[in-house]
Amino acid sequence: MDRRKGNILQRLDLWTILLFASLAIMGWFAIHSVESGSIMSGQSGKQIIWICISLFTGLVLLCIPKHTYRNISLILYAATLALGILTIFIATDIKGSRSWISAGSFSIQPAEFMKFATALMLATYIGRRDFKISNNRDFIKCVGIIILPMLIILAQRETGSALVYLALFLVLYREGMTGIFLLTAISAIIYFVVGVKYSVETMSQLPVNVGQYATTVIIQIISIAIVKFWCKHDRTFTVLFFTNLSGTLLSYWIAVYLVEFNIMIVQYALLLFNIIYLLLQIRLSKEKRNLWVALYIIGAIGFNYSCSYIMQNVMQPHQKERIEVLFGLKEDKNDAGYNVLQSKIAIGSGGTFGREPLSCTQTKLGFVPESDTDFIFCSIGEEQGFAGSAFVMIMFVIFILRIIHLAERQNEIFGRAYGYAIASIFFLHFTINLGMVLGITPVIGIPLPFFSYGGSSFLGFTILLFIFLRIDAEREIKR
Amino acid sequence: MKNDKFESRKYILSGIVLLIFIVYLTQVFSLQINDSEECQNIADRNACLKKTVYPARGQMYDRNGELLVFNKTSYDITFIPLEIKGADTLELCNTLGITIDDFTNRMDYIKNKKNNPGYSKFTEQTFMAQIPDENLSVFQEKAFLFKGFYTRKRYIREYKYDVAGGLFGDIGEVSSRELENDSYYEQGDYIGKQGLEASYEKQLRGKKGQEIQKIDAHRRIKGKYKDGALDTFPVRGKNLTLSLDIELQMLGERLMKNKIGSIVAIEPETGEILCMVSSPSYDPALLTGRDRGANYKKLTEDKRKPLLNRAVTGTYPPGSTFKTSQAAMFLEEGVVTPQTAFNCSNGFIMNNFRLGCHSHKSPIALKEAISTSCNAYFCWGLHRMFGMNKYGGRKEAMNTWRDYMVSMGFGYRLGVDLPGESRGMIPNAEYYTRHYGNYWRAVTVISISIGQGEVTLTPLQIANLGAIIANRGEYITPHMVKEIENDTIAGEFLTPKKTMVGKKAYEEVIKGMRHAVTHGTCREANIPGLNVCGKTGTAQNINKEQDHSVFLGFAPMKTPKIAISVYVENGGFGKDYAVPIGALMIEKYLNGKLTPESESKADEMSKRRIYYGQEKR
Repeated sequence: MDRRKGNILQRLDLWTILLFASLAIMGWFAIHSVESGSIMSGQSGKQIIWICISLFTGLVLLCIPKHTYRNISLILYAATLALGILTIFIATDIKGSRSWISAGSFSIQPAEFMKFATALMLATYIGRRDFKISNNRDFIKCVGIIILPMLIILAQRETGSALVYLALFLVLYREGMTGIFLLTAISAIIYFVVGVKYSVETMSQLPVNVGQYATTVIIQIISIAIVKFWCKHDRTFTVLFFTNLSGTLLSYWIAVYLVEFNIMIVQYALLLFNIIYLLLQIRLSKEKRNLWVALYIIGAIGFNYSCSYIMQNVMQPHQKERIEVLFGLKEDKNDAGYNVLQSKIAIGSGGTFGREPLSCTQTKLGFVPESDTDFIFCSIGEEQGFAGSAFVMIMFVIFILRIIHLAERQNEIFGRAYGYAIASIFFLHFTINLGMVLGITPVIGIPLPFFSYGGSSFLGFTILLFIFLRIDAEREIKR
Repeated sequence: MKNDKFESRKYILSGIVLLIFIVYLTQVFSLQINDSEECQNIADRNACLKKTVYPARGQMYDRNGELLVFNKTSYDITFIPLEIKGADTLELCNTLGITIDDFTNRMDYIKNKKNNPGYSKFTEQTFMAQIPDENLSVFQEKAFLFKGFYTRKRYIREYKYDVAGGLFGDIGEVSSRELENDSYYEQGDYIGKQGLEASYEKQLRGKKGQEIQKIDAHRRIKGKYKDGALDTFPVRGKNLTLSLDIELQMLGERLMKNKIGSIVAIEPETGEILCMVSSPSYDPALLTGRDRGANYKKLTEDKRKPLLNRAVTGTYPPGSTFKTSQAAMFLEEGVVTPQTAFNCSNGFIMNNFRLGCHSHKSPIALKEAISTSCNAYFCWGLHRMFGMNKYGGRKEAMNTWRDYMVSMGFGYRLGVDLPGESRGMIPNAEYYTRHYGNYWRAVTVISISIGQGEVTLTPLQIANLGAIIANRGEYITPHMVKEIENDTIAGEFLTPKKTMVGKKAYEEVIKGMRHAVTHGTCREANIPGLNVCGKTGTAQNINKEQDHSVFLGFAPMKTPKIAISVYVENGGFGKDYAVPIGALMIEKYLNGKLTPESESKADEMSKRRIYYGQEKR
């Protein structure tokens, strides 16, 4: 028993631990620097205590064998959900959200612990010997496992945290869920973002709306890419690729240099051609998947049209304004818009190598709200400049990719699913938090792992990671 | 793991991670590399509270070094619009002794971009200027109730004497037009409005300083920005030494009491204005402090227009004082010699035209013509000049006359360093042709030779004529400021200008003026030992009211120290008012004091009142 434990500690993935350690250290320094010479105090001291508690918890978790995690996952899941439900009733109301349980000066957020329980539960379920994702019952149960904690957290009015669970669908995708869902979700986001963000811009050389034009080009690119990688008939791809490429370039060139005309007509004509050609090829080359691609194009056009229709005609002015503020089409110096503006100013003022500490007024004098928690990245941007921000981002991406790599080397589905689950959770936090701070995504308050001040979140992320480190260390290595 | 047909999906998932990373990195790059300067500017604007520190305004001394105009501190109530939410406005109004309506009106005024182009809700705005000391102490006690309201130290004017209001001028808050014209000013700043305060504004105002404080998002002050490295100290305004002799000025204002008119005295050698009285005058202190507005209104509504500086703005017929300039020109142009005598049969008579004169012996030559102020002599002179062949016609003769007059500083602004100077009027040939067609002749214009008709001058121009004669032909542009601290006065106040008449001719004129004092019309100005030269004037005015009483003189004859013009509206004959006033002024300046006898004369003069009609300006 002793010998084996020693082995396991030796087999821990050193790279992940180093990445974790450096993120945690940079995170603590970021909190410390916001605090120094500023209107806040005491956070970095408290955070040290939480880091110690987290490290101790992590060490304990490393001693628990993998099969125990599998065995107790249902109990943990049930227990944390029950705690979550209890929280709704006993929590103190903080800015409308009921997610914190306070005991004296300490308060914890049970939602943070639901994450690892849900991840374990999902991995255990997917890891069952008779699990088949193509089986509707199994699939629906998986979705249930994900949705249940989301509902509880929504009831706590923590929309941001609830969104994180959507990341777990990436696990399902990796385990064989049809890609249509993912594709649909991602394309919808792209079309919406591009379409709305550039809806008021006109091309510099032609009187054509950038948003409309860009979306048609993206539909062409995505649909032809699907043909290339999913459909088996290569000639269809070749034909579509060259007609669309030449049609788009030629029409643009003619309109700019020869005769000005509405190039949107060409774009729509190309899309129509693609649909007809794909449908014809179903019979000619016996490729049924072409039907789906054609439907995708029709769906995408329909989606874009309805987006702009809804924006123009259905939405209430204040809803429209919120969306316009988000995409920077309208300046809003209040609340959310103001916060994002200040956040961008803070990051931008950092320049290449950051400002001297005394000049970091944006984060230290409270112009950026929550500069020690959700907007902690501003402090890095302001003090360390592009060098520091890029370094932190690179470390995060390496960290996530490393976890994906570890997940892929598991020889059990349980381990792989759990690995993907935590990679997805870290990824979503990274995406939504930085997206908000950089003014790309809406303002949704979720922490940046290991950086944002807060004990529960640091502890939650440590637990997520260290369970996986143990699972990874225990994998069988083929000799 | 074996048989994992979805393994390739790890590439798609990793790809998504990298895609997001690239998009975000692009955004970080564009913010931190492309927009970094702009962001830094905005960040600095966020965190800086700029507070203006006002400099003390330059002081004014008289020619003998006596301090006349200086500063005293006063406090304004200011506010930063963004911060005043939650201030107890009712209590504030009580403290400052204003009504809620006053409060809202003032706020509306400040927030209106039309009145206040530089308005920003982030910067300090002047709410109330120059609050009384007792209100200040109450305000400071209750300051915690008035969130966003502050006090600001300012300098306002104080004066040693209650004279020379129109010369010193006043300072007041900048108007929206002044704000637009000069970016130096911000709303609530003071600027010179009239008099020397206006014409030497740039020298007097100094340079504002700035304190930059670091503030947090709740606009609480967090110490000095960059430890005060960017703060600037205010630079005190430059002091002015005026050419004014304050005692002479005081005597002048005393003598002119109860009369309308002006006295201008110039030191001929330098062009320095020794005194400039415009009556009625006012106490400059009236236009400082909180009652400035009310007092200003009162002065504006006064029918006698005390705010008007008549010495430079008023234009009058110079009357017989003008004859001195004619005499000089006639001699220079060879129209007459000192011996040339003209007949005077109680006036100048030409066909049906008659211009009257008083009775004196006839015929007379130049010296006596000046001393008795014979109208006919000068009419004949001009008539002869117009008939001279060398001009080839009356138009050319007329314009030659015009050129002589202009060279003596008439018809155009002299360029004195006081605002509001008038040109006066010197007609030319074109002027008459416009009015009379081609039918005008010497007789038509003849009254210009005795300083009547179309000719008008400012009292300053009349005094300057005195300086020209005293200098025997040249003058320096009259000016009020002798020295500017660490600066030089304008070049035209240092370089003499020549007139078209030579020294010899002026000597003859001076003989005449001396004769006028010893044997002629201004014998009252004959102060023993001072060798005064003078010329009276009794200027008719178009309103058919009592004539204006005028005196032009200088002394001493050989080395003149003072040239003076006295103009008393509706004062009658020159000797009635202008001569005795001029004599007392000359005596005071040259002797440093008045004899007891003169002192009682001065008292008596001060009491003499001229009654002006209700509508009199």
